[in-house]
Amino acid sequence: MLASIAALPFLGFLLLSLAGRRLPRIAIAWIGAGSVSLAAILTVLYGIHFLQSSPDSGVDRWLLWQWFTAGNLSVSVSLSVDALSLVFIFIITFVGALIHIYSTGYMRQDRDYARFFACMNLFVGAMLVLVMADNLVLLYLGWEGVGMCSYLLIGFWYESPANCQAANKAFLVTRIGDTAMLIGLFLVFSALHTLNIPAILEQAPGHFTKGAPNITLIALLLLAGGMGKSAQLPLQTWLPDAMAGPSPVSALIHAATMVTAGVYLIARMHTLFQLAPAAMMITALVGGVTLFMAGCSAMVQTDIKRILAYSTISQIGYMFLALGLGAWSAAIFHFFTHAFFKALLFLAAGAVIEALHHEQDIFRMGGLKARMPLVFYTFLAGAAALAALPFVSAGFYSKDPILWYAWSSRNGNAFLWGLSLAGAFITAFYCTRLMLVVFGGEMKTRVRELPGKAMTIPLATLAVLSVVAGCIEWPHNLLHLSLFSDLIQKVLPAPVLKEQLPAEGIFQLAAVVVTLLGIYTGYLLYHGEKSILVRWQRSPGKVMTRNFLLGGWGFDQLYDTLFVQPFLFITRVNKTDVVDRVYEGLAQVNVKFNRLLSTTQNGSLRWYIAGVLIGILFIITLQLVL
Amino acid sequence: MMLPGMIMTLLIGGLLSWMAARWNAVLSKWIALLAVGADLSLAGYWWFHFRDAASSGSSWFIDFQTGWIPSFGIGFHVAMDGLGLVLLLLTFFLGILAVLCSWQEIKERTGFFYFNLLWTLAGISGVFVAMDLFLFYFFWEVMLVPMFFLISIWGDARRRYAAYKFFIFTQAGGLLMLLAILALYFIHGRQTGTYTFDYFSLLHTSLASSVSRWILSGFLIAFAIKLPAVPFHSWLPDAHSEAPTAGSLLLAGLLLKTGAYGIIRFVLPLFPRESAAIAWWAILAGVIAIVYGALLAFAQTDLKRLIAYTSVSHMGFVLLGIFSFSEIAMQGAVMQILTHGISTGALFVMAGMLKERLHTRDIEQMGGLWTSMPVMGGAALLFTMASLGLPMLGNFIAEFLILLGTFSASVPLAVIASFGLVLSALYSLRMVRKVFLGPADLPLKDLSVRELLILAAMSIGIIALGLYPQPVIDMVRTTVRQLVTR
Repeated sequence: MLASIAALPFLGFLLLSLAGRRLPRIAIAWIGAGSVSLAAILTVLYGIHFLQSSPDSGVDRWLLWQWFTAGNLSVSVSLSVDALSLVFIFIITFVGALIHIYSTGYMRQDRDYARFFACMNLFVGAMLVLVMADNLVLLYLGWEGVGMCSYLLIGFWYESPANCQAANKAFLVTRIGDTAMLIGLFLVFSALHTLNIPAILEQAPGHFTKGAPNITLIALLLLAGGMGKSAQLPLQTWLPDAMAGPSPVSALIHAATMVTAGVYLIARMHTLFQLAPAAMMITALVGGVTLFMAGCSAMVQTDIKRILAYSTISQIGYMFLALGLGAWSAAIFHFFTHAFFKALLFLAAGAVIEALHHEQDIFRMGGLKARMPLVFYTFLAGAAALAALPFVSAGFYSKDPILWYAWSSRNGNAFLWGLSLAGAFITAFYCTRLMLVVFGGEMKTRVRELPGKAMTIPLATLAVLSVVAGCIEWPHNLLHLSLFSDLIQKVLPAPVLKEQLPAEGIFQLAAVVVTLLGIYTGYLLYHGEKSILVRWQRSPGKVMTRNFLLGGWGFDQLYDTLFVQPFLFITRVNKTDVVDRVYEGLAQVNVKFNRLLSTTQNGSLRWYIAGVLIGILFIITLQLVL
Repeated sequence: MMLPGMIMTLLIGGLLSWMAARWNAVLSKWIALLAVGADLSLAGYWWFHFRDAASSGSSWFIDFQTGWIPSFGIGFHVAMDGLGLVLLLLTFFLGILAVLCSWQEIKERTGFFYFNLLWTLAGISGVFVAMDLFLFYFFWEVMLVPMFFLISIWGDARRRYAAYKFFIFTQAGGLLMLLAILALYFIHGRQTGTYTFDYFSLLHTSLASSVSRWILSGFLIAFAIKLPAVPFHSWLPDAHSEAPTAGSLLLAGLLLKTGAYGIIRFVLPLFPRESAAIAWWAILAGVIAIVYGALLAFAQTDLKRLIAYTSVSHMGFVLLGIFSFSEIAMQGAVMQILTHGISTGALFVMAGMLKERLHTRDIEQMGGLWTSMPVMGGAALLFTMASLGLPMLGNFIAEFLILLGTFSASVPLAVIASFGLVLSALYSLRMVRKVFLGPADLPLKDLSVRELLILAAMSIGIIALGLYPQPVIDMVRTTVRQLVTR
């Protein structure tokens, strides 16, 4: 069963890629969406079975075949599932299936229908391998597979050079992280002589001393891999551009696959991170700073998908923060709820974009509430969850513990708490702005047609989940319901808190107040007192700040001058290969020498006689002198 | 008798093919196909026949010996172990594809073309089995001369220049190797009184380190030129880009591999101490090749030249793998020989197909080809992904094993080499984008059945090696172990 969950999407990919062009559209839709949906159903069945009769070790293993064995390295293709991977598998297949169903409607007019579903299936399959892998090499296979699929899908509409550029950027930036991670794997292997994940987790505490430089380096390299895939500072630049792909692709990348891979990797290798407190602290800092910076950029974007892209970076930042704090289950819980509402937001945004003739600028939308009520209400559910609206949204239940641990966990401090609180304000602000500008006010672009059933059913499902999915885990001072952390803490340790903490309620109250304040500010600026904004637009300082944030804090320009331009310069200068010039020179010298010598063979008798005489004279002189 | 028979099949097949072309060009193609096909099935038969022997640890499967010029101690000694078998299989696999991909491309002097093709293959397969150093040198030359003709007659506009460059570089290396072989021959003869070129006898020559360093460099430079290692690589882009498709395929897929094979078979066993002493420098040379080749590949606008430079980069990994002296890395080097042969071979084949359609190799004049040729686009994507080391495909296994093994030899060099993976992504994606992506304006015919067959065979090969490389690893294990434990 385990193997078939992973195999189904691959099967779909094979069918579609080999025979896709000969199949009718309806068959493509059934194969494409069907394979993932079937995998989702199997996952649910498997999950029920797993929860009821969990194997003694809490891990279910399945050896498919021995991949390669050389020297003391032995790598197998084997899958294993524990509570942590189960959560990921569930999200990947379930949310993935909804996105696929939505896509059957969204992509219905596209020429490359089969190619789209083939890539999407492969994407899901690769991500499943990543989270099911029993060893780091197989994990890396999934990891790279995910990278390739994102490349294929971001550049899906390949005829536009900008899309290809974005696809290349995504692949290359994540590849830098991947390579760092690969070096991390080599270090792990040279220390422990195994790449099997359970063996590593078991042997690491005995082999490494806590805080030693080697384990810190390993943890940091793995973190670098995670930063690439999960778009965290300083490797975040690819994600905002990645929205060049079709909207369902963005939903898949941002919610179910790809960007959550980093979160999974760190959670999976948590033992190594716990042995390296410095790496944990850096993880938390990366998360904290990323969530703040990306949030700031999200506030000023005008492209609806770019807003969502920055919000993803910011929300993954929360997850990294939680991971760094040792609040493992809080991070995974936020991943869980985030998957629902982020998929929802992207799909709903896709519906809006399609209805408005591929218009993505929010300031050319407006007034859509009356015209597209279903999309409005689902979008509202998603935005509320993103803003973590207290009690009525899933986001609240998952974000609240992270804010609490930012202070109370042993790694926590006022700075991280301040960042996450600021992030809460910012998130609430830009969610409000997004809702008001897109759905409020007057209509600026005429709505073409409304989404069909294939698109609305996934939207409605995700909207319901965005509201209620958080209720399985309550803040423990309010209600003793902790289904999710009970499950996760079978695999991952519970957070370690400081001693003598103030009451949790104070922090919750602060978070709620800040969130509401954010919403109010957004309301004030974009609905109540619009004159403030107009005034701001006249101040050059504020406009400059806005443009700086709009461009994502200038990272693209920085990397361009630091890396891209020098690289292009070096390669351009040496295009003809300086080494070859040396050989060329050698050949030239030979040719010259040949010419020089051949001038002596000019057929003129006088020359020859003169030559002979000079020769004789030379020899005689030599004999006389010596 | 089977090993000489295998080589004779190619030699005679070549002659017959040449003669048959007087009457019928098609017949000549079929003779060539049949001859290589016979050898491929023979190698396939050996594979299944000797699989158990390989796993039980016997090193030499076939050993055939007869006198050739006994007065000089020259024998016709051919033998095959796991490594040889794997390489022979690659030779005939790519050989048959080379015959197939020239089916339409070569219209002039077809018979002579197939004669040269088959004789090159004969030389290559001879190199992989010769266990007499004189015989080895003989085969080394046999593969060189017909290749020279392949480039200079059926090549592109600058074919003469490329062919001479190829010939001079390889011949210079060959000369050094001959001197080294003779030196070894005389030293061994003076020591033991028996003058022989036999590999197994020469293995036991005891050499003063001052002498052996010179002899080693004679061999090493010859093999480094073939490999090619920077700075001896500059013949390669010219030869590869000017050669006809089959020529590029054989050059990239097989001829380069003879250099790697030579180092594994001769340099390491004959000079174990000296090889260990230069290991760090050799790894450094490999790293330089990886980075330098990648940087050059990124800048090229000529499709075949671009692929040629990626070969320089990828063969750098082979140097790394060989001189890391770890079983893992050495296995990786063998895998890299196979997978690079297939993946780069496939890229050259596709470059040839594009040239037949577009009559240009300039990637600036291509673009958007996916629209009209999605099947070829898919195949191209597969092999670019293989070349940038995507797991599931064979090259990943090779590069992973090499880097993992090198890590125990030198951490800093292994780290730099790992970043070769980023560079390979850079040039690979640039290539795909320039050729297949972007706005479409050229209506072209997608793959024909014959072309599809060639690429499908290579795709299956590269995927099979990526998903289940164990049979190859098992086959060469004994040979590899002997090398690293020496």
